[in-house]
Amino acid sequence: MELLNWLAEPMLYGFMTRALIVTIAAALVCSVLSCWLILMGWSLMGDAVSHAVLPGVALAYIAGVPFSFGAFVFGAGAVALIGVIRSTTNLKSDTVIGVVFTTLFAVGLAIISKTPSQTDLSHILFGNVLGVTDGEFVQVLVLGVITLAAVLFKRRDLTLFAFDRTHAHALGLNTHWLSTLLLGLLALTVVVALQAVGIILVVAMLITPGATAFLLTRRFPVMLTAAAGISVLTAVVGIYASYYWDASTGASVVLAQSAVFTLAYVFAPRRGIIARARVRHAHRPAAAGAVQ
Amino acid sequence: MRKPAPAQHRRPAREAGAAAPALNIASLTVRYADILALDRVSLGLEQGNICALVGVNGSGKSTLFKAIMGLVSAGTGTVRIFGAGSKAARKNNLLTYVPQSEDVDWTFPVSVHDVVMMGRYGRLGPTRRPHSADREAVDHALEQVGLTSLASRQIGELSGGQRKRAFVARGIAQQARLMLLDEPFAGVDKGSEATLTSLLQRLRADGKTILISTHDLAGIPRFCDEAVLLHRSVLAHGDPAEVLTTENLARAFGEGATSGAA
Repeated sequence: MELLNWLAEPMLYGFMTRALIVTIAAALVCSVLSCWLILMGWSLMGDAVSHAVLPGVALAYIAGVPFSFGAFVFGAGAVALIGVIRSTTNLKSDTVIGVVFTTLFAVGLAIISKTPSQTDLSHILFGNVLGVTDGEFVQVLVLGVITLAAVLFKRRDLTLFAFDRTHAHALGLNTHWLSTLLLGLLALTVVVALQAVGIILVVAMLITPGATAFLLTRRFPVMLTAAAGISVLTAVVGIYASYYWDASTGASVVLAQSAVFTLAYVFAPRRGIIARARVRHAHRPAAAGAVQ
Repeated sequence: MRKPAPAQHRRPAREAGAAAPALNIASLTVRYADILALDRVSLGLEQGNICALVGVNGSGKSTLFKAIMGLVSAGTGTVRIFGAGSKAARKNNLLTYVPQSEDVDWTFPVSVHDVVMMGRYGRLGPTRRPHSADREAVDHALEQVGLTSLASRQIGELSGGQRKRAFVARGIAQQARLMLLDEPFAGVDKGSEATLTSLLQRLRADGKTILISTHDLAGIPRFCDEAVLLHRSVLAHGDPAEVLTTENLARAFGEGATSGAA
């Protein structure tokens, strides 16, 4: 009974219920996409897109248009700019990504510093899930559903693309379109998650659940389910932690995810460090000590 | 087992126009910026042959594969696959590709069965949900390459030779008619190599056309009908015994590099 009260108390406040729903939605969408991002090796791209949306969000507030519109335009624009510069220079991907996203992030900071009254920088950077407006609530849910539906509809193609893009091409699939689709979905996902954890920590939700699930299984459908389950659980834990300890919501969710990752890193059945140490031990010849 | 037919036995079929050649490349030139990767390459492959593609690293073997798959655009020249352009050939599942080992992420969470099923994707609807015919095709392909009992293993849990056979099975499930194999014998032990070559010979008997890039010169005459010596352009093409001569290899590999060749 006491536990029930403990669980129910925060939900007596409308803003807490709303925060919980937004955080779960964001964590779920991020975790599903994270499975493909980490297999593609696109983690840095997630970091780039999330930082690059800052000027879009700032301009959207100034212009009075939905923040998700501005964020998506700049997220997708950053991806396009990275693609153009990469294909017209000999620079390595991470270099180009680094130049583009820091530039756009700085543009965003400059815009906000010149228009201080319009926006609260800390809300954009670190999230403001307790202050989500009706309009933002609807934006997050609608975009979340669209993104999730698109990812799941094309999940087999995206997995083939991540595993062997040359063969995807040889099969007559349009790999350029698949790449664009995945990047577009990445931009949408960042938009969905901005309210919950903010620009700086979005990338954690875009990497950690997939990385944790990767350590736990060697089956992609299981990985997808595990990542989704972990993300929902950690979203709930994060919200309650932030309510009872008065800690930052975004930070609480991300720390909960980091804790699960640490558990998987240590205890995962095959890829955890304990399991690996056991395998090494079992394969060591009995006379190894004498040989050394 | 079919022995390599002498070149003159194959030629009349082409002249009669009985069937389009599996591969017909005419005067193909490919450039990367200021590097000439392929220089007026012309190459025809008859259906139902195994052809070895031989050349040093940087000789254009990979570029030739990419050009056949339409991954690099030809500066000049044409590539026809069973008479079709590269894009139409891909759409019609005419060709498949077995990648080099180092181009594959072996930790990727897919099973052997999953990988072979990917060969069916070009024949499936937009969500690629497989039907019973596709499962049968995958089971049949796994049986042909002898991996039925390992179908549920994660792809990286296979040995070097088994991994190659899994990718060949993907091409079988795809029902592709032209198979491109990029260095299939690299990192594969002798026993597995023999299993793989006898598999390729069985596929040839089924009418598949197979193009293999390889460094294993000694093995070529045993199971290949023809060989192509590439060094940006085609130095020699024909019966392996006539192509892999000491003089030709010296031209392709440079002097002193032929001592290891049979």
